[in-house]
Amino acid sequence: MTELLQQLINGLSLGAIYALIALGYTMVYGVLRFINFAHSDVFMVGAFAGYFLARPLPTDSVFTGVLVLLGAMAICALLGVVIEKLAYRPLRGRSTLTVLITAIGVSLLLQNLGQRIFGANPRSFPALFPVHQFHAGGIVVSSAQIMVFAVALVLLFLLRHVVLHTRTGTAMRALSFNPVAASLVGVNNDRVISFTFALGSALAAAGGILYASNYPSIDPLMGTLPGMKAFVAAVLGGIGNIAGAAVGGLVLGLVETAVVALGGSTYRDAVAFAVLILILLLRPEGLLGRRIAEKA
Amino acid sequence: MRVARPQLLLLGALLVIGLLAAFSNFYNPYLLDIAVSCGINVTLAVSLNLINGYTGQFSLGHAGFMGVGAYAAAVLTTLYGAPLLALAGGQAWLLFLVALLAGGLAAALAGLIVGVPSLRLRGDYLAIVTLGFGEIIRVVLQNIDAVGGPRGLIGIPGYANLAWAFGLAAICVYVVWAMVHSTYGRGFIAVADDELAAEAMGINATRYKITAFLVGAFFAGLAGGVYAHFKQYIAPQGFGFDRSIEIVVMVILGGMGNTPGVIAAAILLTVLGESLRSFGDYRMILYSLLIIVLMITRPQGLFRWNARARMRP
Repeated sequence: MTELLQQLINGLSLGAIYALIALGYTMVYGVLRFINFAHSDVFMVGAFAGYFLARPLPTDSVFTGVLVLLGAMAICALLGVVIEKLAYRPLRGRSTLTVLITAIGVSLLLQNLGQRIFGANPRSFPALFPVHQFHAGGIVVSSAQIMVFAVALVLLFLLRHVVLHTRTGTAMRALSFNPVAASLVGVNNDRVISFTFALGSALAAAGGILYASNYPSIDPLMGTLPGMKAFVAAVLGGIGNIAGAAVGGLVLGLVETAVVALGGSTYRDAVAFAVLILILLLRPEGLLGRRIAEKA
Repeated sequence: MRVARPQLLLLGALLVIGLLAAFSNFYNPYLLDIAVSCGINVTLAVSLNLINGYTGQFSLGHAGFMGVGAYAAAVLTTLYGAPLLALAGGQAWLLFLVALLAGGLAAALAGLIVGVPSLRLRGDYLAIVTLGFGEIIRVVLQNIDAVGGPRGLIGIPGYANLAWAFGLAAICVYVVWAMVHSTYGRGFIAVADDELAAEAMGINATRYKITAFLVGAFFAGLAGGVYAHFKQYIAPQGFGFDRSIEIVVMVILGGMGNTPGVIAAAILLTVLGESLRSFGDYRMILYSLLIIVLMITRPQGLFRWNARARMRP
């Protein structure tokens, strides 16, 4: 029983990180209808930004943690906007395939620039938040896991507020619904798209720092697998659906932890793809998605 | 571009290759190595071009098919080499041919498995699923201890040579070319141009997509087999995402659905990659920049001059 609860907590904390990254995929898909492959590398840049920001600061204090988190989010938000402006904006209105290939190019560029700049060797990520292990009836919860939940919850509610109750959020939803009609009623599409990229990239940075706090080793290729899994989470929940991304992330984290706990740890990276293929075969609109007629 | 007698051209090409290969002992071994790599890469790129270019699908798992073929063929010749060689009457080429075909069929089977879900997916989803399949293949190979797991498979007999690599490339080019330029093969292009319209004209898009995956994967498997028996060593990491991207870049650079361009790009990138080897990391930076800049400025590929771009919404 305690074993089950312990795995449940581990799975949920992993899933919360996937959920944060998945939100970026889902929001960009919502407004531009393409998969931003580079998102997983923005996640990596977020972790590295945190690493360098934390260097001059004292470790083990909540103040450092929050400061580093916000700093890395700002840096990545800027990076997201720049990527969109330089690589994706010239392709507006071109085929999905063209944009997709470009996104793969951007992703490879970030990875290889990262290897050039940061070096290919893994670095150990400092403990940003105070480290403590809480014991309760045989269950161990680390402070890093609690931080993951806290930060993820706060960010999710902030995001919910932004998307549902602000003018920009309304514009985002309008754009996602129908870009032409949105621009007809005065939405500045380019600005909203920039904003979406900033928002998604900031969440990816938060995910990167939380991930690095839990698995304290970072390297320039660290984004690929969590990024892929977060994408699977986005599809699992129904891509373009913000609540779906959160649910999908949690479900995927639980499934992956369950497979590892059942002794399949060497297959843990294949789990996500198996889930993806299954969901696409059985329920391609995702858990929370609506079925829409597919147009060619 | 029409070719009057492709069969004669193929025969001629095979003859030239035979002649070239007959003197291969006189060539510089380093250049020979590059030449064989060129042959393998041309096969991979042209077969991927059938899927990504002519049929308008987007596969990111071609290296996975290659890996399946490489491992299947290498297992036959390495682990079961002695009894099978005896069965083949001591003829190494016969054993190699059978092993290659077995590898190709195994890869085609993998292609079928990927192709079936692909019917329901378009564009970006398909890219992710094929990528996932490639990764699954890699993870599974790493977990099979009989083929060396993550350490890779060593001691593969060196059956492949220039003739095999070039011969395979020539046959692959011929088959893809002949398929696409036949009456039947027009269907691939129709599916790529507009799946809905093609269906309305009575074309079975599903069948065309599966056929493309089957044939593409089959040739990738053959290329993997030749690769394994030339390098005499294979490891799961060699068939990962990076390798798939390399093949995709060849197809993009050459122009999707443009066989001569893709051949040129495959050769160019192989030779370029070899001469940029000393630059290490910069090579991949260059590749990625190349992808971005090409997509923004020349989505039809470097080697396509006519205005009718094949990349369509």
